[in-house]
Amino acid sequence: MKSLSEIETTVKRASRAAGYSWGIAEEVGKSIKLSELFGFSGIKNLNQYYQNKKKENFEEIKLIHKINKSAGSSFCPIMLGVNFIDQIKNIETLKKCSVKNLAYPLLLLPFLSRGSEIIGKKLLFSFDGFKFLLNFNVSISSNFWEKEIPILANQVEISFINNEDNFSNQDWKNLYKLAEDTFVEETDSLKESAAGAGLTDND
Amino acid sequence: MNVELRDPNIIMKLSRLGSFHQSRLSFLRSFLSEFKDWKYNRDLFDLDQEGYGTAVYSFKKKARVYSLICYANKINDDERSDRVIATKWDAAFTLHDGVPLKEDIERLRNEVPKQEVGRLSYKELTLSRANKSVRIFDHVVESLSNGNQPNLELLEKVGYLYRTTAVYGSGKFGLADRFRIKNRDEINGPFRLEMMLVYLVRQFTFDQVNHVAKNRNPQLAVKLDSKICRNLGIGNSTGLGMAPFIVNHPTLLNNWILNREIALKKIREIKIVKTQDRDLFKDCVKSSLKNITSWNTESEYQLKKIKLLLKDIKKFINFLENEFNFKKDYPFNKIYLWLEKETCEECIEYVVSIMMEPFGEIVQPLVGQMSSEEEKYFNIPTERNVGDLKKILKNKYSDILKINFQTKKSNQKFWFISKNKEEPRLANRFEENGADLEQPLAIARDIKKLYERLLPLKDNLRINQFLIDNSDLRHVVRRAFIIEKFPYSEIQDNTIGENLVPIDMLRLKLSFFGALKFDPRSDKWLRICMFQGAPLPNELKNYDEQWVYKTHS
Repeated sequence: MKSLSEIETTVKRASRAAGYSWGIAEEVGKSIKLSELFGFSGIKNLNQYYQNKKKENFEEIKLIHKINKSAGSSFCPIMLGVNFIDQIKNIETLKKCSVKNLAYPLLLLPFLSRGSEIIGKKLLFSFDGFKFLLNFNVSISSNFWEKEIPILANQVEISFINNEDNFSNQDWKNLYKLAEDTFVEETDSLKESAAGAGLTDND
Repeated sequence: MNVELRDPNIIMKLSRLGSFHQSRLSFLRSFLSEFKDWKYNRDLFDLDQEGYGTAVYSFKKKARVYSLICYANKINDDERSDRVIATKWDAAFTLHDGVPLKEDIERLRNEVPKQEVGRLSYKELTLSRANKSVRIFDHVVESLSNGNQPNLELLEKVGYLYRTTAVYGSGKFGLADRFRIKNRDEINGPFRLEMMLVYLVRQFTFDQVNHVAKNRNPQLAVKLDSKICRNLGIGNSTGLGMAPFIVNHPTLLNNWILNREIALKKIREIKIVKTQDRDLFKDCVKSSLKNITSWNTESEYQLKKIKLLLKDIKKFINFLENEFNFKKDYPFNKIYLWLEKETCEECIEYVVSIMMEPFGEIVQPLVGQMSSEEEKYFNIPTERNVGDLKKILKNKYSDILKINFQTKKSNQKFWFISKNKEEPRLANRFEENGADLEQPLAIARDIKKLYERLLPLKDNLRINQFLIDNSDLRHVVRRAFIIEKFPYSEIQDNTIGENLVPIDMLRLKLSFFGALKFDPRSDKWLRICMFQGAPLPNELKNYDEQWVYKTHS
């Protein structure tokens, strides 16, 4: 088994050799390491992407807008990922953005995961029937398992999910009520000696 | 009194970093301190008459066990090489997490001796190999088998029976990643498991030499005297492989230096020094003279430094004995200011290390602060603006911005990774091929380039906008925001200039390891000795903390 340290170092060097700057290569190293840690096939997809990159041109997105359409060729997932992290505070104000024609969408996943941590919000990443919920770079939930991820995503959507409970108020009340069963009723004498007792609150 | 931390622009210069010495903060000393109450055991010692075979040593506490597995193999003299291109060694070692099963020992027997081309697993923590100092090993075997102790003068010249040529950890060649073990309290300090490996290897070398001598002459042989053992360490040959590490781990480097600086600051701020602390300091300074006079090297560069150090230490001792009054307030501050004025960099840093000896209560809490979670500081704060970045560069890299990189001499060298051994190397940009594959270790040059590119830009431009068209400088933008928080994270020198002495970078790291007697063999590699004078495993329960300065007593 390859260690994560070996994965990061090799990916960084390979990314530099594939034509990215050292700074970008460092980002790719960290991200692919994360991908593998979460159990997604980062190495496999990156290898295929770099092989294709020699033959095909991929468009490098610069500024990310609400709707992003490529001029013809598909978008490079690496530059989309790096710019997504760099511009995440601006993109957040859009609440949602879409990308048409993205190559190797799985390679974007770890960048979004890191973005979720930076912004402190969950992100929903969906394309062509695949859905991934990025949870603050702690975990990733998805609606697929062991299915082959396509090498091209036609329509990608990335949504910022507001920090809200994902349970009902009633569910919470019921559970809280049960938790109250661990509390003890205080006697009057105990109340009198509790913190702050004996003082007027206006002194 | 408030003493300021020393200026990174002075301390982080290579000549100063290359003058650092071991101290109580050094990793091999903090390792001994942490593991002193662990149970040491030799679990297996299955060597043939010539000393080849397998041995296992362990440290155990409650449910935790760390086991060193040693494989000693026969090699021919012409196969023995300390260079990284070697493929065979006298012995190879791995530190296994837990008690190794028979299957583990067999699995590793096929992998550990292969070193870089073998595969380890997440159950192994560190990996190393070592070669005999044949001259010394044979002499010791010969002497012991004849019933005599070896010639101390000869032993003192070398200082070890074996020297390692690499110690690997942190995920290399399939070893366990750091994340798997980082939450263990006992290894909350950098390189602690690497130190454990070297320490146990040292014991193996004594056991092996005794075993071979005994088998050679069972009737007459005697054991190597434990006092002689104590005065032997483990040698190490170190090349450029270490240098990029300190550039590639900026927050870790910061924490090493910062904690040393905090220790010095706190010691300088002590108003009244207790008599026993004063006496311990003076004793260590005086007894350390032997460490200097027994420091053997043929390197002219190092010989000059040692000569100057010896002269200045003698001057300092004279000052302490005849002029200095320890009863005045803030004596260590006065001593430090005197050193800055009167002695060389090597001497200043030498005494700074010794100043820590009496003050375990200051140093000990700092030991736990010397690791770092580099990943936490990886993301660039891209919502900041160009004005912020310009300010950081001006404040934190002021000397670097003065370097003229238009000249050939400022650009003379480049760092690359060798294809045959995947190890860092340094070459002349104007004489060798490969500069187009340069590693990102020319931080000073790239910082200057970044500054020049930022200058014409408006201050309110966001970093995320700047990075869109300047991705070639992304690696140094990241570093600049790191140094803003971590003042000692960057070497304040040109690492590709004509005058670069790479062994200064190695020396810095090795001093934090706790190495003694730096012996440069060129400007690119050196030999050192580790654990010389250290207590033996069966003495750990109660040992003298200042053993470093009593090596020859």
